[in-house]
Amino acid sequence: MFIVDMQSICKRFGDLIANDHVSFQLQKGEIHALLGENGAGKTTLMRILYGLYHPDSGVIKINEQPVSIHSPKDAIRLGIGMVTQHFALVPPLTVAENIVLGYDNPFVLKQSQIDADVREASKRFGMEIDPKEIVRHLSVGQRQRVEILKALYRNARVLILDEPTAVLIPQEVETLFETLNRLKAEGLSVIFISHKLHEVTQITDRVTVLRDGKAIGTVNTADITQQELAAMMVGRESFGVTRQVSADTPKHAVFELVNLCANDDKKIPALKNISLTIHQGEILGIAGVGGNGQKELAETVCGVRPVTGGKMLVAGQDVTGKSPTDLNRVGVGRVPEDRHEGMVIHLTVTENLVLEHLAEFTNRGTIDHKAVRTYAEGLIEKYQIKAKPNDITRTLSGGNMQKVLLARVLSREPKVIIVPQPTRGLDVGATDYVRQQLLEQRQRGAAIMLISEDLDEILALSDRIAVMYEGEIVGVLPAAEATPERLGLLMSGAVKEN
Amino acid sequence: MEANRLKFQLVKTNTPPWWMRSLIPVLVLLITFLITSGLILISQVNPFQAYYYFLVSPLSSQVSFLEVLVKATPLMLAGVAISFAFSAGYYNIGAEGQLYAGAIAAAWLGIVLVGVPSIIAIPLMLIGGFLAGMLWALLPALLKVRLAVDEVVTTLLLNSVMAYIVSALLNGPWRDPHSGWPQSPEIADSTIFFKLIPRSRLHLGFLIALIAVFVLWFVLTRTSFGLKMRAVGLGKPAAQFAGIHVGRTTLIAALISGGIAGIAGVSEVAGIQYHLIGDLSAHYGYTGVIIATLGGLNAIGVMVASLFFGLIDTGAQTVSRALGVPVYLGEVTQAVMLLVALGMYLLQRYRIVRRA
Repeated sequence: MFIVDMQSICKRFGDLIANDHVSFQLQKGEIHALLGENGAGKTTLMRILYGLYHPDSGVIKINEQPVSIHSPKDAIRLGIGMVTQHFALVPPLTVAENIVLGYDNPFVLKQSQIDADVREASKRFGMEIDPKEIVRHLSVGQRQRVEILKALYRNARVLILDEPTAVLIPQEVETLFETLNRLKAEGLSVIFISHKLHEVTQITDRVTVLRDGKAIGTVNTADITQQELAAMMVGRESFGVTRQVSADTPKHAVFELVNLCANDDKKIPALKNISLTIHQGEILGIAGVGGNGQKELAETVCGVRPVTGGKMLVAGQDVTGKSPTDLNRVGVGRVPEDRHEGMVIHLTVTENLVLEHLAEFTNRGTIDHKAVRTYAEGLIEKYQIKAKPNDITRTLSGGNMQKVLLARVLSREPKVIIVPQPTRGLDVGATDYVRQQLLEQRQRGAAIMLISEDLDEILALSDRIAVMYEGEIVGVLPAAEATPERLGLLMSGAVKEN
Repeated sequence: MEANRLKFQLVKTNTPPWWMRSLIPVLVLLITFLITSGLILISQVNPFQAYYYFLVSPLSSQVSFLEVLVKATPLMLAGVAISFAFSAGYYNIGAEGQLYAGAIAAAWLGIVLVGVPSIIAIPLMLIGGFLAGMLWALLPALLKVRLAVDEVVTTLLLNSVMAYIVSALLNGPWRDPHSGWPQSPEIADSTIFFKLIPRSRLHLGFLIALIAVFVLWFVLTRTSFGLKMRAVGLGKPAAQFAGIHVGRTTLIAALISGGIAGIAGVSEVAGIQYHLIGDLSAHYGYTGVIIATLGGLNAIGVMVASLFFGLIDTGAQTVSRALGVPVYLGEVTQAVMLLVALGMYLLQRYRIVRRA
């Protein structure tokens, strides 16, 4: 019998099918991994189980009984607890106060009883923590324990952990795994959402693999190798564009990163000694599961995130720490990752097209509107942007927005092109158009850094592929040697090849 | 999800139908007057009669029409000042304080520049007022740009600080030696703004306000700095990505804003009062926020909104004299109008759709 039985769950967000007839069964007393790349639908499925989303169709049974879960409150009543990546704790309150917060308490709180309960539970599951401690003073790992205790205090029999190790240091991961094993021994069931193969093989009993919103299969962890799991997770499809393999003439390096370092928004190192070289007429694909420093890499080489160490060279010239304007001048074409944030969407198409090169169209402070108009009309025609020059950019489709950005950059014939996630959210036609443009730029001799979470895109376009994992480059492979299995292992941090 | 059970839902739309856009100002007026007529009825006055005195009668004589323009002058300057800041995404709520900073400078220069011919004295006063407003705007702008301190809070609080500075000046060194009133000595004749029309109150300040409107239009639509300002205001990350110096642009916009608000203070001192008083501004700095918002941060819009508010201010006095309705009706109407307008603009971004 299954403690949780989700049958044929479907969930759409607009045009995106997040869960496509996904079935998932959880046994009592097992640790069950949900494995998949970013956007595979793992979190959506679990949010449905926890009552945060409502499925469009499908059946959920708890202990063989069909249930409808409208809110986390319902889920908690059914014995389901969830610990997300973003903790829901009140920092100035104590551990005990956080644990009882929002639960059905009597009007008068018996503080000593609560403290005793919490202390007892923390001891039983091997999560040493002082109930009187103020949450603000706790480390991330300790806060996670508070979240788990909170779920247990609410009598959870099923615990969902969404990427629990993403925020932990290795020692804390070990402690967490000990806790999970104790929970299992007590007869609780744990759903462990992850994209890290070594953790999945280390801690879980069974694995369900999701890819593109579909369940690929459920297997016993003991019966499968990391390679096989990687292949299930990554998969492969066919592409609308083809890349001509270039003759092996040695070409000179155009864009070089030497031990580049940068911090993320929380001032924690996000890039750790990144060294890469991109040659003339070459596309270097940077693969990796999202959140491993790709965004920071793109922002750093685009000049909008400060460099904390290392060097950046364009055709031998040091451009470390240069401003966006300077980078444009030396021939770095920068396409922003987020179309909505990379363009001022409330301005017109024309204004966005000239925004990076305003100085060229300005005479003693005044804009030459005629020249701007001619320039914009030219680009709109050349790049087949379906918009009028004075349309507000916000009203354009994603594909046309991306064309505006490409036009702005490519029309300058840059030596180096940075393109993070160039086809994210685009339909097939627009995707092919963007990829074709990139291949034409490669033909022209540009050095292209293609950062993408879409492995198919990386495999379709790249001459060489670098894999990023936790802010490091863990391997660089020529396209011919890059199999999905090998890339999957690198992406999940199971191996390093340099 | 209670909303799911309603029969109708609001669907977001990017392209409101054209008739909706043109209908909105009319609807705003209608709804505003419906709401305010309730208040007029409480005063036991016929609303239609009140509206006649409120909106029509000020336009029926030359004297009161010019008075509308006089009232609109500081509002227009404040509206332009606020529009500069808001366009760059800098929410300057401190125009009131910046206005008084300009007024202090004008009152001081008006005393110091005795004997200097108007042609030199008046430009000096304008420059002095601009610099004073700018200086008062500098601290919150720097805090915003350097330390990301919220400018809404700092600019707003500095208004109170400025009110106390003015009060201290007027009760201390500048107390009128003859009458003992808390008002600064009268400014020199040569520094008084000349009248645009003889024997009226309409002064040079109105012309300056029109010039300010023109400057706003020119900068926003014709200069690369204006485009940079709007880019920063509408999408900071994108502006930064495109190589625009977000901090510098914000700072300059904030300083221009403060400077123009300072000129509003000069205009009131040199055009109307001829000395600094504590009640120099009838919340012009705050009303400027409403005007800039209603005018859509657009030069023509700001001009129209400030003229209309000038009409409401004048009309409120007329209706009060004629029918005994409290003058505050004017301020209430302005406030209600802003709320209604904001509601309507929100609504035009949605369509009402019946659920399937």
